[in-house]
Amino acid sequence: MEPEQSFYDYLKNISETQSPIDFVLIYDNLDRFVDGALVTLQLTFLALLVGGIIAVPLTIARAYRKPFLSPAIRVYTYVFCGTPLLVQVYLFYFGLGQFTAVQESFLWDPILSSPWWCVMIAFTLNTAAYTTEFLRGAIETTPHGEVEAAKACGMSPYARMRLVVLPSAFRRALPAYSNEVIFTLHGSVIASTVTLQDLLGVGRWLNGRYYLAYEGFLTAMVFYMAIVFMITFAFRLAEKRFLGHLRPRETPQPGAARVAA
Amino acid sequence: MTFKNKLLASAVGAIALMAGMATAEPLRIGVEGAYPPFSQKEADGSLSGFDIDIALALCEELERECELVEQEWDGMIPALIANKYDAIVASMSITEDRLRLVDFSEKYYQTPSRFVAAEGATFELTPEGTAGLKIGVLRGTTLQCHVEKAFPDADLRLYNTQEDVFADLVAGRLDMQLNNTLQAIDGFLNTPQGEGFAFLGDNVDDPECLGEGTGIAVRKGDELAAELSTAIAAIRADGTYAAINDTYFDVDIYGE
Repeated sequence: MEPEQSFYDYLKNISETQSPIDFVLIYDNLDRFVDGALVTLQLTFLALLVGGIIAVPLTIARAYRKPFLSPAIRVYTYVFCGTPLLVQVYLFYFGLGQFTAVQESFLWDPILSSPWWCVMIAFTLNTAAYTTEFLRGAIETTPHGEVEAAKACGMSPYARMRLVVLPSAFRRALPAYSNEVIFTLHGSVIASTVTLQDLLGVGRWLNGRYYLAYEGFLTAMVFYMAIVFMITFAFRLAEKRFLGHLRPRETPQPGAARVAA
Repeated sequence: MTFKNKLLASAVGAIALMAGMATAEPLRIGVEGAYPPFSQKEADGSLSGFDIDIALALCEELERECELVEQEWDGMIPALIANKYDAIVASMSITEDRLRLVDFSEKYYQTPSRFVAAEGATFELTPEGTAGLKIGVLRGTTLQCHVEKAFPDADLRLYNTQEDVFADLVAGRLDMQLNNTLQAIDGFLNTPQGEGFAFLGDNVDDPECLGEGTGIAVRKGDELAAELSTAIAAIRADGTYAAINDTYFDVDIYGE
């Protein structure tokens, strides 16, 4: 007997005799969950990438208090940080879809008629808004000494920003950004409300097809946990690499050594 | 009987015992609320519709106080099993898939289902003809089962409520949708929204997926199923059913 066959029999046996959960059903639909996980990852990380790129110029305009631009960006971030992501997705999906003018415009056919694009636009604008605000915070709290040192070296304002302020701010924003990444992943479940088959969408599909809530949602949960685990692991490595200079020193201070002696 | 079923049966038995001890408890009925004219929400937030009226008439027949509990469609059966309510009166078809998990009363109506598409659409309802077509259905319905089985290559889109399906059909995100004919007529085709749309093809013939009529679901082993079947027969006999039926429909929807 092939090993896979026997594993399958084992699952079948467990499901029928001992477990309240039907593992065979999960096993049979595992490929759907993997596809769902890919949709979730694609939505999350594409939104984060594009949103992150948009956030950089916005955050510079905010932190350096450019007239007109900064208040306008503040309105945008206030709207997108202050309203639920679900409402934003509905606005793009159902809201825009109701206008004939939108349906007849050139934007409709490839973009706004597709649930994927609507979700993508909403996610991107949402994460860009959050990222803008916490990056602004990081820029504004740049230690004064770093800026002063840059000035003393004769750096132009542009060089100061590019070589000192931004790299420093990005590093210090790293822990906050790991939260943003995980929030975006959690928020991506909203995709399933507008017919996309993301991870939760597959869980809901299974529940809708077999009326078994545990099997679908538990499997989706395990997948989400695995993804979050990988994200936190990656950030821990990144923080070690980029924030090493901010960690408490492990070697004993010279003063401490003297006291011990 | 598997261990799982035994566990379920003993749990249900315990609940039934408790229910027997305290019949004064109101009967909690799970309903939906976005499926006109079977169930819908009025502007003031109250529920109305054929399912709602039938539920209330059955409560009266059983001489039980009733409490309507709203639940979105795809959580209907899980919420029943989780004891959030005792019975589902929400246009739920009696199918094999569902009978593995819940018991049903006798049917209280039976109407066919049919595709709706833009007027003049000439989609062929075959696996090849529907390949790549965007078909919308309510998630967790018998129609999801049917489309997945009969049209595996179609681009099936699953929605939370039937109203969302119609909205996307109008918006042009769907090529067609499939649901109960009466619901399609009264909830869509006869409304201003449904202008320019029409039925496509014949009534769907798929008893394996679509089941044989619409019943009231209760937890496995609950004697409520038999009581409800008797009550349905009683309101059929005394004219209550006919009165409710005529408020909403021109034909008797009970079927043969």
